[in-house]
Amino acid sequence: MGTSILLDALTLQLGYNAKLVAIGAALLGIAAGASGTFLFLRKRALVSDAISHATLPGVGLAFLVMAAFGGDGRHLVGLLLGAALTAGAGLLAMHWLTRRTRLAEDAAIGAVLSVFFGFGVVLLTVIQTVSVGRPAGLEDFLLGATAGMLYQDAVLITVAGALAVLVVWLLRRPMTMVAFDAGFAAASGVNVRRVDLAMMGLVLAVTIIGLKMVGLVLIVALLIIPPVTARFWTNRSDRVVIIAGVFGGLSGFIGAAISATAPSLPTGPIIVLTAFVLFVVSMLFAPGRGVLAAWMRHRRQQRRIHLRQGLLAIAQDLPIYERYTLQLLVRAGLARADGVPTELGRRRAEKACRDESRWAVARRMHSHESAVSRYDGLLPIEDVLTRDEIREIDRQIADAGGECA
Amino acid sequence: MIRALKTAMGRAPIGDPLDTVSDKPLAVRGLTVSYGDKPAVFSLDMTVNDGSMTAIIGPNGAGKSTTLKAVLGIVPRLSGVVSVFGQPLAKSRPRIAYVPQRASVDWDFPTRVIDVVLMGLVRELGLLRPVRDRHRKHAFECLDRVGMRDFAERQIGQLSGGQQQRVFLARALAQGADLYLLDEPFAGVDAATERAIIDVLKSLRADGRTVVAVHHDLSTVRDYFDHVMIINVHKVAEGPVAEAFSEENLQRAYGGRLAANLMDQLQLGGH
Repeated sequence: MGTSILLDALTLQLGYNAKLVAIGAALLGIAAGASGTFLFLRKRALVSDAISHATLPGVGLAFLVMAAFGGDGRHLVGLLLGAALTAGAGLLAMHWLTRRTRLAEDAAIGAVLSVFFGFGVVLLTVIQTVSVGRPAGLEDFLLGATAGMLYQDAVLITVAGALAVLVVWLLRRPMTMVAFDAGFAAASGVNVRRVDLAMMGLVLAVTIIGLKMVGLVLIVALLIIPPVTARFWTNRSDRVVIIAGVFGGLSGFIGAAISATAPSLPTGPIIVLTAFVLFVVSMLFAPGRGVLAAWMRHRRQQRRIHLRQGLLAIAQDLPIYERYTLQLLVRAGLARADGVPTELGRRRAEKACRDESRWAVARRMHSHESAVSRYDGLLPIEDVLTRDEIREIDRQIADAGGECA
Repeated sequence: MIRALKTAMGRAPIGDPLDTVSDKPLAVRGLTVSYGDKPAVFSLDMTVNDGSMTAIIGPNGAGKSTTLKAVLGIVPRLSGVVSVFGQPLAKSRPRIAYVPQRASVDWDFPTRVIDVVLMGLVRELGLLRPVRDRHRKHAFECLDRVGMRDFAERQIGQLSGGQQQRVFLARALAQGADLYLLDEPFAGVDAATERAIIDVLKSLRADGRTVVAVHHDLSTVRDYFDHVMIINVHKVAEGPVAEAFSEENLQRAYGGRLAANLMDQLQLGGH
């Protein structure tokens, strides 16, 4: 029964509000994942945490202002505008602290985050005790709430989210350049400060539109987890952006659908947990950078090293001591079960020996470290070094007299 | 014209009037940069001639890299004027190529060799122009010149230090500039890479381009460069290697204590 409800939710058949929430969350996730990617690549992920916490005093102040002018103080656009203003102020404060004082960015983040958040909590408490306007629901901005989500809210998220994605697409080149090599970008005439500002502005915008649904405490997760997850799947920044958008969208949609299956499940936290599940799955199973792939590479490397050692033993007419090595040689048709090498085995042994002496030289040479670190026992040297580098190595071997030990 | 140039640069030059050297690839007057209270570079004058190859040398913390960065506007200058081919930086940027220190970036960044080289074409590509075959072809040619064509599709994290340096040089070549500014291009590279880089730099000079490199290995200054600028926050000496690269000037820059060591180094590489 539980699964059929989930299925209904996932296929958008669970009522008007659930549908709105699911679509809104998916769009929010796409915008957050794509925008957060550049923050992650620029290694400033935690800035988003300070931005989101700095929204809270804005919510309180906006409420007070609107209540003072006779409204009920809960007009969403007004509250978000206030949130954006203090978040912007927090961003400027951080910028000023890191540029004008000797504080490092992490210290500035900590200071801004805690002070702004503290101020916001004080404001909300005051609002509740003096009972102006109708403050019920303001605390929803902390952890998010979707129960009362309106059609206008979904439209707001859609429009703002689409704008954020558009800006990401427009600025992808300068943002990538600044994230990779700010010095070169500046030297090429890219205005690094303005690009950084645009990056932060994007994050601010996504934070504001996600405030109502996910809440300021958890919006960071939606900005950071999808890019980190996407990084497991690709080595290209343009693809990280797209995959992060997809993962963010999936997290939003699936999370919202799950939370719609029971009245007591909070949407924001469920969305974040969904993102986390995607992260764990990617960390374990992604090809290339995943943990499992790394373990399998390790096993393969072990086999290759045994094989290589066996071949080198053949080349030097030494006996093969390890049973596993001999097993591998026999299985590959390089030796007979009694340890006598086959014709193929002899030829491969000769090649292995030549490669090995090249690698030995490469290992001694300054600055081939990262090439050498990829050496897994059978990796042909021409895969990692350029032709002239190999020529240089061969020259050194010739100087030392002889090719193979 | 000259008046307009001076106005554009905002401030009257210190030392030689700038207009007497204003057509030089690089002319710097009174450059001062300060991190905090202590100046990293103090009132530096520098003139680089067309088609020359200049080494900027000096002890650690002498402000060599800072000089390059200030020339490029990467770090703010406290005072001083910079003119590149007779024009202020804003106008002459397309004529400058820059090779930052290899260690200044994270090599685990998700990008491929070819994408890094294409970053050198950012001015041509702008924000949205698509990367076309001719751009890729150009990038491949630049990789070819540094012997890295076969590595175009590699993730940059898989490269060795020397290969990383070659990719940075290829990116600078893609910029198609007339003035090349390089920050420690030979630091921590293998012998083959060092030779590949110096070959490229010398071919640039043969084409009439101008090269300025921060350099740390005194033993190769005579072989690689024709001009030298010795600094230690202040300028110590500037001129053709045969004149300025003297024991006396090195003593003044590096201090007497280190001098014996350095002289040994020079004996090894010298003539």
